Amino acid sequence: MTLWAIFRAPVVIAVASIVGLVAALVGNGLADAASWVGLLVPVAAVVWAWMARRQ
Amino acid sequence: MSPVAVKRWVWVHKWTSLICTVFMLLLCVTGLPLIFHDEIDAALEGDTTLPPVPEGTGLRTLDEAVAAALAAYPGERPLFLSFDIDRPVVNVTTGPRARSTLAEMHLTAIDLRTAEIIGSIKEEGIMHVILRLHVDMFAGLPGELFLGFMGLLLVVSIVSGVVVYAPFMRRLRFGTVRTTRSIRLKWLDLHNLIGIVTLMWLTVVAITGVINTLSTPLVDLWRADELAELTAPYEGMPLPESFTDIDAAVDTAMAAAPGMSPRFIAFPGVRFSTNHHYAVWLRGATTATERLSTPVLIDATDGDLTAVGSRPWYMTALGLSQPLHFGDYGGLPLKILWAVLDILAIVLLGSGVYLWAVKRSGGSAEALVARRARAVSEGSGPEAEAAE
Repeated sequence: MTLWAIFRAPVVIAVASIVGLVAALVGNGLADAASWVGLLVPVAAVVWAWMARRQ
Repeated sequence: MSPVAVKRWVWVHKWTSLICTVFMLLLCVTGLPLIFHDEIDAALEGDTTLPPVPEGTGLRTLDEAVAAALAAYPGERPLFLSFDIDRPVVNVTTGPRARSTLAEMHLTAIDLRTAEIIGSIKEEGIMHVILRLHVDMFAGLPGELFLGFMGLLLVVSIVSGVVVYAPFMRRLRFGTVRTTRSIRLKWLDLHNLIGIVTLMWLTVVAITGVINTLSTPLVDLWRADELAELTAPYEGMPLPESFTDIDAAVDTAMAAAPGMSPRFIAFPGVRFSTNHHYAVWLRGATTATERLSTPVLIDATDGDLTAVGSRPWYMTALGLSQPLHFGDYGGLPLKILWAVLDILAIVLLGSGVYLWAVKRSGGSAEALVARRARAVSEGSGPEAEAAE
């Protein structure tokens, strides 16, 4: 696998995380909700891997 | 990457992790209840509603509140006064000297409608023990700085972990968890998975934690750097013993910085002020700026405005590092996510120690041959073995 193929999913998760971390800092209401969604991504990735990628 | 380079990165990852892991486990475990300290404190305190007062009762002055606190601790001097956000209560910190230690200070909560004491806030109990373990392990500033250094090692460990993730995952799809071949392999895959998905969150919490451990030196730097010019005219003058009207000082400060509201007042002589001023620390009005405080300096002998303090970049970094480390800035759902990520970090640290221990105990020639054979049969190359 190329480096990009290895890091594609981790990069997407990292970007979602940082958006989540910053969103609640700059606003309330919708911004808070955005932060929940953003930080749910890394948690959901672990659950998804355990359900779908277990061998 | 060459096998030698991979080996070096594995070495960095192994040693930075091993050195900081026991402290990081302490921080993750004590950090878990601290995420919910507001909720836990509220539950432990029970009913905190203020006693009823006749309708139309106004607020008493801050000077009366300070006087009430000083009456409870005769001979002490006021050090800080902070404002509750959601109720008319101020908290007055008093101590025997301007530079009292934390242990010498007394914190008194006062109902501003009656200027009566509603409770003294004691720095004890289980949550306080947990907090101290988390902040400095009861070792003061050296303890804080030591934990800051451990946090720095964690950052190096994260970076090296990402580097060795690549050779390891060359033949595996993202998220693969091999559960049937060996317990070790299952935990190796889980370690890699949890490490790579919590990467950003853990990095931010680690770096902001490190910045928080620097708060004492940073405030000292701010005092020496930004306040030196303002305090030059007062050089050699003794600490004033009587101060002007506190309410007037707050009004003057708020007039000088419209739109901001007072967070706390530092009395003359304490770390967050000069020897001759009230430093009225104001918070911004928006979500983005409410965490950032700006000090307004009021001459404590005549009540005149001396200056609106500037906020250098390192004080901004310190201000933003607090919410980003505590996770308390986006409601309960954010706190719950913070807790789940914290638990994932505990699993990450624990599995790291487990993988190291298993590899060590399996270091015999026989085990090495077996591992080589397994590496071949699993279709991963020597690089992957090195990454393990």
